[in-house]
Amino acid sequence: MEFFNSIDWMQMLRCFIVGGLICIIGQILIDKTKLTPARILVIFVTTGAILGGLGLYQYLVDFAGCGATVPLTGFGNALAKGAIDEVAKSGFVGAFIGGTKAAAGGIAAAVFFRIYCISYCKAKNEKAII
Amino acid sequence: MQKIGKQTIKLDTPPTILQTASIVGPKEADGPLASYFDQCLEDEFWGEKTWEKAESKIIKETVAMAIAKSGIPSEKIDFCFAGDLLNQCISSSFGLRELNIPFFGIFGACSTFVEALCMASVFLEGGAGSYALCAASSHFCSAEKQFRFPLELGNQRPPSSQWTVTGSGAAIVAKSGMGPYITHITPGKIVDMGIKDANNMGAAMAPAALDTLITHFKDTGRAPSYYDAILTGDLGYVGKEILIEMAETKGYNIRSNYNDCGVLIFDKEKQDTHSGGSGCACCGTVFSGYLFKMLQQKKYKKILLMATGALTNSTTSQQGESIPGIAHAVAIEL
Amino acid sequence: MKPIETKKDYQAYVDQKSPNSPIIKNCFNAFWVGGLICSIGQIIFNYCKYRGMDVQMSNTIVSIILIGLSAFLTGLNLFNRIGKFAGAGSLVPITGFANSIVSPAMEYKSEGYVMGVGGKMFTVAGPVLVFGISASIVVGILYLIFNTQSITLV
Repeated sequence: MEFFNSIDWMQMLRCFIVGGLICIIGQILIDKTKLTPARILVIFVTTGAILGGLGLYQYLVDFAGCGATVPLTGFGNALAKGAIDEVAKSGFVGAFIGGTKAAAGGIAAAVFFRIYCISYCKAKNEKAII
Repeated sequence: MQKIGKQTIKLDTPPTILQTASIVGPKEADGPLASYFDQCLEDEFWGEKTWEKAESKIIKETVAMAIAKSGIPSEKIDFCFAGDLLNQCISSSFGLRELNIPFFGIFGACSTFVEALCMASVFLEGGAGSYALCAASSHFCSAEKQFRFPLELGNQRPPSSQWTVTGSGAAIVAKSGMGPYITHITPGKIVDMGIKDANNMGAAMAPAALDTLITHFKDTGRAPSYYDAILTGDLGYVGKEILIEMAETKGYNIRSNYNDCGVLIFDKEKQDTHSGGSGCACCGTVFSGYLFKMLQQKKYKKILLMATGALTNSTTSQQGESIPGIAHAVAIEL
Repeated sequence: MKPIETKKDYQAYVDQKSPNSPIIKNCFNAFWVGGLICSIGQIIFNYCKYRGMDVQMSNTIVSIILIGLSAFLTGLNLFNRIGKFAGAGSLVPITGFANSIVSPAMEYKSEGYVMGVGGKMFTVAGPVLVFGISASIVVGILYLIFNTQSITLV
C-alpha cells in the first residue's frame, strides 16, 4: 500500500487529461477528414517525431508523463529521441541506428504477442454486437 | 424479342422465374425478413476453415436447393450465370465447379443477380435453351477482408457505410411457364458522378440507378405508378433518399411504391448496420426470399427490380479514383 | 430542388444528404477511454519507478504491457468492440498500434504462416514504422548538422 500512497494524483489527472485531449484530436481527424486509421497513425507518429526532434515534446512529457508517452506521438518522440541520443554517442551512423533501437521493444513485443494470438485465436465477425 | 426505345429489351414470349432459393448468414437471420429465407446459418464459417470456402459453400448449397425445389433435373438446365464480389469471382466458380452445367461467370459488383437474370432471359428467349440458373453470393467477412480492414481492427464505421450481406440467392428461369414473367430488361449504363468516398456507396450508385430508372420509364412509356413496387438493390438509406429526391427533380414521383433491398433486409436501429445492407446477396436474397414469395402470393403483381453496383476495387480507391456506378433493371410481372 | 448536372453540384448535394458522425459523443468517448489507457500506463510507470527502474526502462515496460494487453483483447475478439465505442481513444494510444499488427495477422492466418501471417502482418502498421523511422533518421541527421552549437533546434 506504500506504493499507492506514493502516487501523485495531480500528475495522474494531468496524464488523463492530456492523453484524452490527444485522442480527441485523433477523433476529430477521423470524423472530419475521412482519413483511414493507418493514415491517422502515420500523422501522429510523424508529428511526434518532428516535435521530439525540435525538443518540444519533452515539455509535454514532463508535464503529463504517460499522457504524452503512451499515445503514438510519444512513440514518434521516442524514435526521434533515440536517434538524437545515438548521434551524440556514435555520430552519423547513429541517425540510422537510434530510432529503430528505441522502437525495438515495442515492435518485438507486438510481434511476440501476435504469435500468441494467431496460435490460439481466430478472427470472428463480432463487430455487430456492441 | 425486340428493342424498344433507347436501351430496353421487350421480351415477347417472356421467360418465367420458376423457383428461387436463398441462404443467409446469422445477422440477416436477425433481421426483419428472416422468416422468408429458406435457410439461416448459425455462424459465418458454416464448418469451413476460411470465409472464402464458406461463401463457396453457401452459393453451392443455394443452387442445389433451387434445383431441388424446382423439380428440374440438373442435366436439363442449359446454362448457369453466376457471380460474386471476390477477385476473379472465385466464390461462384469454386462453389459451382462440380455442378456440370455450362457456366458463365459474370461480374456486375452488387448488380450481379439482376445482370444474371437479364442474360438468362435473353438466352432463353433467343431459343438457346429451356432452363437457366442465376445465382449471386456475397459474404460480409470475405468482403471486409478484400475491400476494407481486418475484422479485428478496432475502427469505427461512418454512418453512411453499409453492411455487406452474407448469403446467396439463386433462381431457375424457364423458357415458358406460368409466371412470374420477366417482361422487360433495361440494362444500365456506367454512370460516374465523381464520388470517391468508399464508405458512401449509396451516393456513388444513386445516379446510375436514376439513369436506368428514367430510361426504363421513357422507353416503355410506363409511369412509376404502373408498378406495385420498385426495388433497388443496395442503395441503403442514404442512396434511397438521394434517388427519391433526384427522381422528383426529373418529374417522377416514386415516393409511395419505392424501396431498397438494403433498407429492407436489416433493422437499422437494432442491428447497427448504419446505412443498410449491400453486396450481391443483398438484392439476391431479398428477391429470392421475400419478393418472389410476394409475387407467388399475388401481393405484388408487377415489380421493377433494379440492382445497383459500385464498380470499384481496393486498388482503385487507394489510387484516389472515383467510384463508377451501374444499375440493371428487370420488370417482373404476373 | 434544381436538377443536378455537374459532379461538383452532386458532391455538394451528397455531403448535405449524408449523415454526419456523432462527433461530440465520439470525442467524449475518445477522451475518457484514451485518458484511461494513458492513466493505466501511468500507474504501471509509477510502479516501475517505485521498484527503482530508470525512466527509459519504465517507458519500455509500459509499452510492452499495454501492447500485450491490446493483443490479448484483440485475440479475444474484444478490441474491435472497444474500438467501435472509443474510436481514436483506443486507436491513438500504443494499443491501437498493437491492434493494427495483430488483426491482419489473425485475418490472414488462412493464407499460411509465411505469406499470410508473415507477409500481411504490417499491412496496417507498416506505414507507421516506415514514416516513424524515416522521420527519426531525418531528425538524427539534422541534429548531426546543427549540434556543432551543441543545442537541439530550440
